Amino acid sequence: MPSPIDTTLRSATISVLVENEAGVLARVIGLFSGRGYNIDSLTVAPVEDGRNRSRINIVTSGTEMVIEQIKAQLDRLVPVHRVADLTLEGPHIAREMALIKVIATGNNRAESLRLADAFRARVVDATTESFVFEMTGSTDKLDAFVELMRPLGLAEVSRTGVAAIARGARII
Amino acid sequence: MTETKMSSGTAQTPIGDTELQAGAEVLLRALKDQGVEVIFGYPGGAVLPIYDAIFQQNAIRHILVRHEQAAVHAAEGYARSTGRVGVVLVTSGPGATNAVTGLVDALMDSIPVVCLTGQVPTHLIGNDAFQEADTTGITRPATKHNYLVKKSEDLARVVHEAFYVARSGRPGPVVIDLPKDILIGKAPYQAPPSAAHRSYRPQTEPDAGQIAKAVALLKSAKRPVIYTGGGVINAGTAASAALAAFVRKTGFPCTSTLMGLGAYPANDPQFLGMLGMHGTYEANLTMHGCDVMLNVGARFDDRVTGRLNAFSPGSHKIHIDIDPSSINKNVPVEVPIVADAGRALQALLAAWDADPTPVDRPAIAAWWKQIDGWRAIQCLRFTQDMTKGAIIKPQYAIQRLYDITRDLGREIFISTEVGQHQMWAAQYFRFDHPNHWMTSGGLGTMGYGLPSAMGVQVAHPDALVIDIAGEASILMNIQEMSTLAQYRLPVKVFILNNQYMGMVRQWQELLHGSRYSESYTAALPDFVKLADSFHGVGLRATSVDQLDDVIREMIALDRPVIADICVDQTENCFPMIPSGAAHNEMILGAEHGGNLQAGGAAGLTDEGLVLV
Repeated sequence: MPSPIDTTLRSATISVLVENEAGVLARVIGLFSGRGYNIDSLTVAPVEDGRNRSRINIVTSGTEMVIEQIKAQLDRLVPVHRVADLTLEGPHIAREMALIKVIATGNNRAESLRLADAFRARVVDATTESFVFEMTGSTDKLDAFVELMRPLGLAEVSRTGVAAIARGARII
Repeated sequence: MTETKMSSGTAQTPIGDTELQAGAEVLLRALKDQGVEVIFGYPGGAVLPIYDAIFQQNAIRHILVRHEQAAVHAAEGYARSTGRVGVVLVTSGPGATNAVTGLVDALMDSIPVVCLTGQVPTHLIGNDAFQEADTTGITRPATKHNYLVKKSEDLARVVHEAFYVARSGRPGPVVIDLPKDILIGKAPYQAPPSAAHRSYRPQTEPDAGQIAKAVALLKSAKRPVIYTGGGVINAGTAASAALAAFVRKTGFPCTSTLMGLGAYPANDPQFLGMLGMHGTYEANLTMHGCDVMLNVGARFDDRVTGRLNAFSPGSHKIHIDIDPSSINKNVPVEVPIVADAGRALQALLAAWDADPTPVDRPAIAAWWKQIDGWRAIQCLRFTQDMTKGAIIKPQYAIQRLYDITRDLGREIFISTEVGQHQMWAAQYFRFDHPNHWMTSGGLGTMGYGLPSAMGVQVAHPDALVIDIAGEASILMNIQEMSTLAQYRLPVKVFILNNQYMGMVRQWQELLHGSRYSESYTAALPDFVKLADSFHGVGLRATSVDQLDDVIREMIALDRPVIADICVDQTENCFPMIPSGAAHNEMILGAEHGGNLQAGGAAGLTDEGLVLV
């Protein structure tokens, strides 16, 4: 039985399989803003061509009671097929991709390239004064790399948000 | 143009088993197939094709309201009194935005409504065209679901789906936004689908294991209570019958929310009256002191629970709700049961008989003894001065209305506006049957009562339909008197006139040092003359000796009537649990020694002051 005084926050990665129709993303986002829930990350794209479905991945945080509410609220939306709390249901993989622009010359430029190599980031664009690195990984890893680039000439970051899937043979 | 070519033929071209007709005609055909008999609406440019199609048929009746908000409330009244889906038709832009209050009202109270809104033609959407509004955007959080029909071939399917969504699971309002070109262009017809909906399939059957757990908990109870809500009404009359059977079988006390009144007969000795902010002393103390609580179709609303951390602190809770998001939202429960209230009650009845464990009769008898002690306080007692010329107490006016009308043997429906009169109606008018009480519970919409009563009267032409109103609320949709006259709907408006927004005044007296900021209405209309100008009959009672005659005359008239009952301006609605207080911190009226202090109320905290 969840206790009302349990104020421990947890993070939850929730995958939502929805009918790919107009307004469905607005419904999901409106639900979060209208009820005051957090969105730490949100991604959406069509996933099953034959069946006209999209998958929305949401990373959110709240008390256990709030996260249960979020899932129940999502599940009662008419175009929602399935809501899965990947964090709760077992081991899962969560990845995002980032494009990171660093403007630097001299030592900083060389150092940024060495660190990119250590982090297995790829150089996808280069000029004499800039690099664009492409990097895929967990949110923590991307955060760490961005922080390292900051003193070396970090100029711009573009991130996709989290895509997540359960490990093993389980599907949502 | 293809359209000209298609309509020039004597018959429409059949394509397979579908036949092409104008979108507006396909729409009406779909409505007929959904069993629609009445539409409440207001025309405008974008919906002219629908009005043209309505003109050319007789199967569906159209009631022309005077404001789109009233159309939705009328559809709500129709829906709540019949158990069917109410239907609204409004034009684009202002027609749709005016309907929004009604839609949110229906959403909060789980009332099935389908609202058809006109829209500018698809090629103009997003162009800031005349009378264009982003209706699906505006109504997304105001509805259970909404649709914008962008392709003619989707039209019939969307209409059928909208009715399914409106009435299934936890009912609610659904908007269908209809661009004008879709209404004019040819569209194929499709019959209602027989297959299950692709994604929306709410659970209605209870889990047998959870039902068994609930029965075990209930049988072990020493101080049980059954707390019921609007979900029982929405589950149909069979659910109310099952509730009555279960309550009687168990011998347990039963209380109800504002929305659930009538599901269990109010005159039954096992009924404790309404609970919550203005609930009875016995209902609230029973909730506070119970050891097992069975919630059927109620949602632990803040008007009911009071301060959450002091709500029924020692009880094991069972919660039956068709909406999983209502469970563990405000109050954590031990036995959640996701199901239709009627199905769950049937299952409880069967499981109760199957479980041989006896109930602790001596403990239940002791519990009833305690409850009877609370009842003996007679928390709703008031004193009416009966001398000639004495001012009427509002409670007395409702009590007389109840006593006089119950003896008529007629079917009686009551709607209300919002405020003190609404709470007094809930306290003093005793409902023995479901679907006979229409009030705006969740949203608290002033102006709800008159149009809602209108919708009830359309559905039940021979019944006595009374809107118990306040003089402030009634002015919010007073224009519907004109609709009553046009359709000869003999709705009775029973105004408890104290010249104040009474509930606002009460809170200002109790919480804001009696500073009556903007709660007094100067220059009220003469309601007798107002009734007259709207082709109705106006009556007035200013003293207690006139009250019965006015009520009897009002009932006898087969016309719309406004009865202006001038009541005591200083009367407050008690018992009252101030916001942020607990059930056992109730304030009773002056009648009970008035544990009411000048400039402030017992149990009131700064934390409570921010609550509404």
